[in-house]
Amino acid sequence: MIYQPIHALADAYRRGDLTPPAVAEAYLARIDAVDGRVGAYLTVVREQALAAARESERRWRTGTPLGPLDGAPIALKDVLCTRGVRTTCGSKILEGFVPPYDATVVERLRAAGAVILGKTNLDEFAMGSSTEHSAFHPTRNPWDLTRVPGGSSGGSAAAVAAGIAAGGFGSDTGGSIRQPAAFCGVVGLKPTYGRVSRYGLVALASSLDQIGPFAQDLTDAAHLLGVIAGHDRRDATSIQAPVPDYVAELARGVAGLTLGLPDEYFIDGMDPDVERAVRAAIEVLKSLGARVESVSLPTTKHSLAAYYVILPAEASSNLARYDGVKFGLRVPARDIVEMESRTRAAGFGAEVKRRIMLGTYALSAGYYDAYYGKAQSVRTLVRREFAAAFARVDLIVAPTTPNVAFKLGEKEDPLSMYLNDVFTIPGNLAGIPGVSVPCGFSVSGLPIGLQLLGRPLDEARVLRAAYAYEQATSWRTRHPELP
Amino acid sequence: MTEPGRISRRPLPDRAGLTDPAPTTYDVVIGLEVHAQLLTRSKMFCGCPTTFGAAPNSQTCPVCQGMPGVLPVVNRKAVELAIRTALAFGCRVNPACRFARKHYYYPDMPKNYQISQYEEPLAEDGHLEIDIDGAPRTIGIQRLHLEEDVGKLVHEGSLETAQASLVDFNRSGVPLMETVSKPDLRSPEEAATYLKAFRSVLLFLGVCDGNMEEGSLRCDANVSLRPRGSTTLGTKVEIKNLNSFRNVQRALEFEVRRQAQALDAGERIRQETRLWDADRGYTRSMRSKEYAHDYRYFPEPDLVPLRIDPRWVDEIRAGLPELPRARRQRFVAQYGLPAYDADVLTQSRALGDYYEAVLREPAASAGADRPKIVSNWVMSELLRVLPGDDERAIETSPIPPHHLAGLLRLIDDGTISGRIAKDVFQKMFDSREDAPTIVGREGLTQVADATALGGIVDSVMAANPKAIEDFRRGKTAAKKSLFGQVMKATGGKANPMLVDRLLEDKLSKIQR
Ligand SMILES: [Zn+2]
Repeated sequence: MIYQPIHALADAYRRGDLTPPAVAEAYLARIDAVDGRVGAYLTVVREQALAAARESERRWRTGTPLGPLDGAPIALKDVLCTRGVRTTCGSKILEGFVPPYDATVVERLRAAGAVILGKTNLDEFAMGSSTEHSAFHPTRNPWDLTRVPGGSSGGSAAAVAAGIAAGGFGSDTGGSIRQPAAFCGVVGLKPTYGRVSRYGLVALASSLDQIGPFAQDLTDAAHLLGVIAGHDRRDATSIQAPVPDYVAELARGVAGLTLGLPDEYFIDGMDPDVERAVRAAIEVLKSLGARVESVSLPTTKHSLAAYYVILPAEASSNLARYDGVKFGLRVPARDIVEMESRTRAAGFGAEVKRRIMLGTYALSAGYYDAYYGKAQSVRTLVRREFAAAFARVDLIVAPTTPNVAFKLGEKEDPLSMYLNDVFTIPGNLAGIPGVSVPCGFSVSGLPIGLQLLGRPLDEARVLRAAYAYEQATSWRTRHPELP
Repeated sequence: MTEPGRISRRPLPDRAGLTDPAPTTYDVVIGLEVHAQLLTRSKMFCGCPTTFGAAPNSQTCPVCQGMPGVLPVVNRKAVELAIRTALAFGCRVNPACRFARKHYYYPDMPKNYQISQYEEPLAEDGHLEIDIDGAPRTIGIQRLHLEEDVGKLVHEGSLETAQASLVDFNRSGVPLMETVSKPDLRSPEEAATYLKAFRSVLLFLGVCDGNMEEGSLRCDANVSLRPRGSTTLGTKVEIKNLNSFRNVQRALEFEVRRQAQALDAGERIRQETRLWDADRGYTRSMRSKEYAHDYRYFPEPDLVPLRIDPRWVDEIRAGLPELPRARRQRFVAQYGLPAYDADVLTQSRALGDYYEAVLREPAASAGADRPKIVSNWVMSELLRVLPGDDERAIETSPIPPHHLAGLLRLIDDGTISGRIAKDVFQKMFDSREDAPTIVGREGLTQVADATALGGIVDSVMAANPKAIEDFRRGKTAAKKSLFGQVMKATGGKANPMLVDRLLEDKLSKIQR
C-alpha cells in the first residue's frame, strides 16, 4: 500500500481492499523504520492520525466518504498552524508554540477526511533551499542520504518520495515547493498567488507565499489542490473565483497548446543532465501535439536581486512579533528590551538573522526607494513580461532548477544557495501558478524536474499539460531504495 | 484671555525652573493629531468585540493577539465611519487607499508593527470651522486615516518599581481614526477650542463616544514658535499624552512658554517628543530626533488596496446629519436664542434633538418666547440631572421630550406654578411618570379659587399684625413677606398672580 497514490487508496477503500486505519498504521510503521535516516518529520501525531483514520473507515464503510481525500495519509509542512499540535517553523523561537487554531488549508483538509500524520521539517521560517537550516535537524534526500532534499519544504517532499506520506503540503515563496519536488522526484505545485488561503500559514514573505501540494502523481495533485483552493474571507488577498474541477480537466491533453520556451532558463553552468532531460521532455510534449515557441523573459536575470530585497523586507516585518512576550521562546532578562533582544538572539538561526538585517536595512528611511521601491518596479516588469509572453503562449516550459540535489554542507555560501531558485523565483514575483513534474534522472541517479508555468488562475491547464507528460512517461513508477 | 498668536506673560510654575521671559513676541504654530476610537461593534481587522472594561484578554482572538499565521480583514463599518467623518470635514475621500505597516517594538503591540495608513490615506484636505472670540476661523485638516489600536500594559505596582508587567490585548485592534490638522492653530486656547469642536462633530456623527478619560479620544500636538511675522517654521516639538481639554491647553501653554524662554535665551529648540505630566504641570523630554523611531513603513502586503466606491461615498454623504456649527447658527436664527443657549443646546446631537423635539410638541399657548422658555428648562433643569454631552444619557432620558412639553403645558394653563413645576420635574425624573399623573396624584394643582384663597389671605393678614403695621408705614417689602406666607400656607400651590391681586386689593383697603 506504500507508494499507492491517494486516488488509488480511495479506490481501494471503496472496494474494501484496504482500510484507512490499516494504511495509517502502515505509514506510521514505515515512519518509525525510515524517518530516522530521512528526518522528514518534526512531529508525528500518531494517536490523532489513527483516530482520524478510524473515523474515515466508518465513513467508507457506511458509504459516506467525504471525497477522494478521505483516509489519505498526508504530511504538513510545519508552517501550517494546527490546533493543539505544535507548529515550530523549524525554529527554536517557536519550539513550544501550540496554535489555538487551524489554518484554513488544514481545516479544509480535515473536512475532506484527510489523515494528518504529522508536521514536516523545513529550513527555519522557510528561509532556505536545502532543509539543512532547520533548528532541529536536517532532512536528507531519500534518493541519496548524503544529499539535500531541497527546500524549504524539504520535509514534505522527502516524506512523499520516501513513502512516509501519500501526499504533502508545503509553501512556496521562491520555489520552496517546486525545487524540493524536483530534487525528490515528486510532483510539486505552486498555485496562483491568492488561489489558496494563506490564513494560518506562518508568513515568510506575505506577497510571495503560497501553499501548494506535493503528490505522487498529477491526479493526486489535482485532487489536493481542489480541496484547498478557493476564496477565504479570512484572507483578504485570496481570490474570489470559482474553483474548476481540476481532475476532470486533466485528460484534455496538450494537443493544440502552445508552450513557450524561455531562452533565459537555459543558462551557462547548469547541469548538462538537467538540460538534456528537460529538452527531452519538451520533445515528448511536442510528440503529444504541443507546439513550442521561443519566448523572451529578459528581466529573469534581475528577479533574484529583486526577490532578495522583497523577501527579507517582508520577512523582517513578519518576524518582528517573535519577541518572547506572547508565545514561543522567552529568554528572561532584567528588562523588556534585553528580554526581547536575548530571545531573538537565542531563538533565530544565522540565516534568519541575516535576512532580518537585510530586510530592516531595505525598509529604512532613506533606503526604501533605492531597495524596496526599486525591487517592486522589477517585480512589475517581471509580471508584464510574463503577461506579454502569455499573450502568445499557453504555458511556459523550463527546468525547475539548474542542478540536481546537492550534498549536505555543499553550499555554505548563501549566494550560491540563493542561485538555486533562479528558475522558480520569477513565478513567485509574477504570482503565477507553476508545477514541477519528474522528467528523468541524472547519470548519478538523482531526480530532475520539469517546470510548467501558466497564466494566473490557469492551474487547470498547467496540471493538464503536466499530466499528459506524466502519462506518456513512467518516471513516477521509480522509487528510492530505502532499506 | 490670551490674544491669539501672542504669549501670555504670566510667571511659570516654579517647579519647571523657568523664569519670566524677556519681552520678545513669537507666533505660535500648533497642529493637532487626534486619535478617535470608532464606534464599531467589532475590531478593525477581526471579529472581536470592542466593549470597554471587560476582563483582561477576554476580547481577543489569534488575529488581535498577532499570533503566527493570522491575517487581517478590514472592518467595513470602520471604513464607513471614517468616510462619514471625512465628509463632515469636507475632505476628499480618495478613490483608493492603502494600509501600511508601521514598525516599532513595544510589548503592548502584538505584531510589533501597527497596521496604519501612510502614503495613501483614506481622505485628505478638509477643514473645521471654529469660533474664536465670536469670530470664525478655518482650521485645515491635512489627512484622515484608519489604523488599529494597541493593547495595554498593566504594571504590578508603579512603572518605576514594577517587577512584572502584564499585557491586556482587549484594546488591541480596536479601530482608530487619526485626523491630522494643518499647523493652523495659533494659540493653546485655539487648540483647545478646535479639539472641543472636533469632538462635538464626532459626537454628532455618532462615530466616537468622545470619552477622553477612557481614551476613546486622544490628542498629540505639534508646537513650534517663530519670531512674530516670520514665515519660516520653527523647529517643532511633539507633545504627547494630552488626555483632556484642560490638559491640551495647559500643556501647550507650558510648552509655548518653555520654547519662548529658550529662544529668548538664545538656545535652539531641539526637535523631540515630549510627554505632558499633568500632575506636575510640565512637559518632559521623551526622545530626541536622533532617537526617533524609523518606522520602516511599507504597504501592508496582507491587505489589497481599498477601493472606495463613489456611490457608497454619495450614500454616506446623503446620510450626514446637521453638524454642530450649522445647528448652532440655525438655533440662533430660527428660534432667536442667545448664542450661549445655542452653544449649550448643541453640545451633543441628542441634546439638540431633544430640544427641538420638545418644541415640536403641542403647547398651551405658543408665545414668541417659547423657544427661550424651553431652552431655560432644558439648560437649568434637564442638564442639572443629565450630562448634556452624553448622547446616550440624553437619548434615554427618564423624562422624554413629550413629558417635558406636558409639564410646560401645565404651567401655561395655570394648573401648576413654575415653582411646583420644578418639584414635579424631579419627580418625573425619579419615577419616569408624566406630569399630569404626578400632579393629579399628589394634589399639586394650583389653587386658583379666589374665595378659598381670599380666606387664606385674610387669616395670614390677621396673624401678621406687624407686617400690616409695617406696610401702613410705607414699607412695601412687607407685602412680599405676606405673599411668601400665603404661598407657604398653600404649600406653594396658590396661583401667584391671584395671590398678588388679592393682597393688593386687601392691603389697598388698609389705610396708610
Ligand atoms: Zn480579535
